[in-house]
Amino acid sequence: MFRFHKLDKTTSTRCAVCKYFRRRCPPDCIFAPYFPNDNPHKFTCVHRFYGASNISKMLEELPVYLRAELVESLYYEAKCRVQDPVYGCVGIISSLHQQIQVAQTQLAKTQAEISVLNANFVVAQPPSSLDESLVQQNGVDHGLDDPFNTWFY
Amino acid sequence: MSSSSSYNPPCAACKFVRRKCIPGCAFAPYFPPEDPQKFMNVHKIFGASNFMKLLNDVLPHQREDAVSSLAYEAEARVRDPVYGCVGVISFLQQEVDRLKKDLDAANADLIMLHSFPCHNVNHTWSRQNGRGGGGGGGVGGRWW
Repeated sequence: MFRFHKLDKTTSTRCAVCKYFRRRCPPDCIFAPYFPNDNPHKFTCVHRFYGASNISKMLEELPVYLRAELVESLYYEAKCRVQDPVYGCVGIISSLHQQIQVAQTQLAKTQAEISVLNANFVVAQPPSSLDESLVQQNGVDHGLDDPFNTWFY
Repeated sequence: MSSSSSYNPPCAACKFVRRKCIPGCAFAPYFPPEDPQKFMNVHKIFGASNFMKLLNDVLPHQREDAVSSLAYEAEARVRDPVYGCVGVISFLQQEVDRLKKDLDAANADLIMLHSFPCHNVNHTWSRQNGRGGGGGGGVGGRWW
């Protein structure tokens, strides 16, 4: 029974990569922290595009604290490529560039319209007539050089 | 009779792996010898045989676009080994979000100008400019 338990423990602690390759998962397996056996799809997806050997090289080239981010970004790119075999995540980048272009055009147009309306406001309200009318209304000169102050009285 | 006119230089892939580039080489249409870096990146990130499998997964008329996008991804990954294209997507998404906020603010100002023609919205420009330069975290903190 102990033997059965021992085999069971070895099988259940293999990472998804070693399980995929049907090999023993050593204690210092480079893949184990990032490809747990409860998510086999993650490795099969990434392996399809990059290959285990390339993934291993990429992991080795990075310090440990960055490896999880690497694996997540590879997984994201691989999923995008599964959904869109031609463009992958480059399709998303292209779409974002278009969104930026549209938003910049709309923003420039709106800002131009605001500038025109502001300019019309300045032209339509010469400062001297405004001062006179307010002094007449209040009887006191509140320092009307800055027209915004008048709206607080 | 000179044979120089019939000489075809090896494609970048065959040159990289130092083998004879035969007529009908699968890599030759996509990896001209003038751009060796393109194949080097693809080889480093995907591997040559993986790359060919990916290419065979798409229809022939789509292969050129597929090669371009794979080369783009490989180059992005070489430049940014941690995030690759995901880093680019994250940056662009932030830019889109920033522009949408600026556009909403500008539209609000425009509505106000149309509703209250006597108002001047110069004071909102500095708010917009401050928002744009300060970054998303600073703005979020201000609204709390």
